[in-house]
Amino acid sequence: MLIFFFFTTFKLLKYNPNYTLSTTNCQLNPMSKNKILILFAHPLFEKSFANKILTEHIPDSHSITFHDLYETYPEFDIDVKHEQELLKQHDIIIWQHPMYWYSCPPLLKQWIDMVLEYGWAYGKYGLALQDKVIFQAITTGANAENYSAEGLHLFTIPELLRPFSQTAKVCRMEYLPPFVIHGTHKMDEQTCLEKAASYAQLLMYFTNNEIDIRKIQEFPYMNDWMQSKNI
Amino acid sequence: MENSFFLQAIIYLAAAVICVPIAKKIGLSSILGYLFSGIIIGPFVMGFIGSEGQDLMHFAEFGVVMMLFLIGLELDPYKFWKMRRFILGMGSLQVGLTSLVLFTCSSIIFDWSWQTALTISLALSLSSTAIVLQTLKEKGMLQTSVGRSSFAVLLFQDIAVIPILALIPLLASSSHIIPEEDLHHSLISNLDGWLQTLIVTGVIATIYFGGKYIIVPLLHIIAKTRLQELFTASALLLVLGVSYLMQIVGLSPALGAFMAGVVLANSEFRHELEGDIAPFKGLFLGLFFIGVGASINFRLIIDNPAFILIFGFILTMIKFFVFLGIGKLYNKKIDQNFIFSIGLSQAGEFGFVIMSFSMQLNIIPNMLANQIMAIIAISMIATPFLLLINERLIDPYFGVKEKDSNTYDEINENNKVIIAGFGNFGSTIGRLLKTNKIPATILDLDSDRVDSLRKMGFKVYYGDATRLELLKAAGCENAKLFIAAIDNPTVNLIVIEMLKKHFPHLKILARARNRNDAFEIIDMGIKNIYRENLYSAVHLGIDALVYLGHRRYSATRQGQRFIKYDEDAIFRLAKKRHDKKAFMISAMEEIEMQEQLFKSDLLNPMGPDDHAWDSENLKKDT
Repeated sequence: MLIFFFFTTFKLLKYNPNYTLSTTNCQLNPMSKNKILILFAHPLFEKSFANKILTEHIPDSHSITFHDLYETYPEFDIDVKHEQELLKQHDIIIWQHPMYWYSCPPLLKQWIDMVLEYGWAYGKYGLALQDKVIFQAITTGANAENYSAEGLHLFTIPELLRPFSQTAKVCRMEYLPPFVIHGTHKMDEQTCLEKAASYAQLLMYFTNNEIDIRKIQEFPYMNDWMQSKNI
Repeated sequence: MENSFFLQAIIYLAAAVICVPIAKKIGLSSILGYLFSGIIIGPFVMGFIGSEGQDLMHFAEFGVVMMLFLIGLELDPYKFWKMRRFILGMGSLQVGLTSLVLFTCSSIIFDWSWQTALTISLALSLSSTAIVLQTLKEKGMLQTSVGRSSFAVLLFQDIAVIPILALIPLLASSSHIIPEEDLHHSLISNLDGWLQTLIVTGVIATIYFGGKYIIVPLLHIIAKTRLQELFTASALLLVLGVSYLMQIVGLSPALGAFMAGVVLANSEFRHELEGDIAPFKGLFLGLFFIGVGASINFRLIIDNPAFILIFGFILTMIKFFVFLGIGKLYNKKIDQNFIFSIGLSQAGEFGFVIMSFSMQLNIIPNMLANQIMAIIAISMIATPFLLLINERLIDPYFGVKEKDSNTYDEINENNKVIIAGFGNFGSTIGRLLKTNKIPATILDLDSDRVDSLRKMGFKVYYGDATRLELLKAAGCENAKLFIAAIDNPTVNLIVIEMLKKHFPHLKILARARNRNDAFEIIDMGIKNIYRENLYSAVHLGIDALVYLGHRRYSATRQGQRFIKYDEDAIFRLAKKRHDKKAFMISAMEEIEMQEQLFKSDLLNPMGPDDHAWDSENLKKDT
């Protein structure tokens, strides 16, 4: 299950014209177990509140690649070969995006459509992504209680994310429950900072530790598993 | 016939207004129209004007001066420097060889003194700037390799006139037969040689520094008065002044005007000056050609037609073959070389100048000088006809055959797409289509380019897309799409007009250089207009926004919106333009339009017009 990658100096894809990344966390760790690829999709990032804070706190580590899709492909002209190469070089993939209309922003859908090619990602010989770990880091404007059978949105987040989990499954990947931040519309900065710190901790944990996939999959949210582990 | 000034003017103008459109209609160049109107009103047909044709011509030579001023304006020193190999190489070769051949032949055949023979040879070696450049301009060939080479040769000739005019008096004095009393002197010709040289150098320096440090600031002041006519007056004054100055020191006024033009080419008034002088140039050139037509002494021709006609023919042939050889030497394609050689095969207006000058010096007998002038005039008249013959008869069979069996008469592809003009713009389209496996029929007028493109595997056809036969041959009747991407906007417009008239079913995608071109294309009812500068400018703007901190995607969306908005605006403005009944868009109106655009930009704040992904309002609601 765990693929041990020995240390390779991989160029970071961080591109942040508006802010500087915090450099507080972890220096390069030769013992890192996993390399993480964050595929970030936000069409209106400059106006975002939660995702801005979230990305600002992504640890500056050689094991973490932050890939800003909207900044790289403003005309939706996704470089499939390049994206596939990136996927190959990482063990854990994170789709980080806000929830729009119970789904991801259009460019991420475009990315899924184009990059996850038949014969590469799925199909009889499409084994490139086999056993890689994937999950989503999502933000919703509405509060958590809205996402239930009794709530406004009628469905739970894992239910709404079925297309994604199924996509992962077809690609023979291990889909983990999402890291979710609810209620961003009314969130104050302090709370958001706490969430961001927790996201950063999660990322660091994953780079440095083996992942007990079955255990995590028992939880509806990644956040719940983290709580149980006191991360 | 003694007529009042008004009557004279009416005769000239009426002749031009009647003859030139007729010539155009038949497909002849406007030069021929002017020449014929000159002949018709001249002393030998209608006799409206008499010997004053000659005087008129001297006066109208000013048109040539203005033309060179304009050429200078369009030629910045850098381009000039890049052409030096052609100017010096081709030019000197041509003048030298042609005079040598003419001198040898005439010395053998006639019993002229060597001075006479030399003067005549030199005079006849020069070609007609007026005819050649005007013709090339009308054919839209100024920017092709033929145009550039022709221009280089003509420029050298213009410069060569100076030493020739300086040389002729020496011939006279060495022959010791003429009384020198009534010689026409330039102001400084009595001075020592070294002093003359010094003064000439001084004058050239004056033009350079005067242009830079006096004229430009002066134009600034005049421009500030905001009196359009004053600016026109000063532009005319400038050209006249420089010409006069040059004449005083015995140099060619045309050369002086050219230099003044080059000096001012880098100033901000370049286009303003161009716009002001151009109509005068056209008018004076027209007058000049009328003068040439009127001054042909048919009596001389009738008296000794064999001499003049045969001499004229031989002269044209000699010049033609010398040019052909030079073109060959400079690796010209055979069809290009033909246009080049025929175009320059006539004797020119400087011939008249040299002839009248040497008549005054008694180097050449009066009778002979007049005959030579008639020969010059005839050779000038012949050029447009020869070009026409070349275009219609020789070129299709001879010129294009060399490349391939695919002459433009034989385009037998039935492609859905036709691209006219395969410069940078058209070739990009062609490549895009080709990579998508869509075959296109391609038309281009630059045979050098056609050749190299063929080597790269493009099926390019050589030909003038303004000709209906070619358009038919290219398959316009069966094609679906016509991409008008010709570099020269005027030619592009003509092609579109033809297509609209003869192939109304054809969908046209038109390239427009700028907003003004776009207006004219809109007027023809074309909806698909692609302004070259819009898209690249917007893309640059997007990148600028990104470098200033905007998110790339948002900047891209703003750019897309801007393009839409600007495309709408151009259709709006195109309508408005007609409300104003403005026939031509002057520079002022262009600025006014720019202002209108800026104003409406302010009224339509370009913020995002949608609320996609923006949760601001949502937040307020909850």
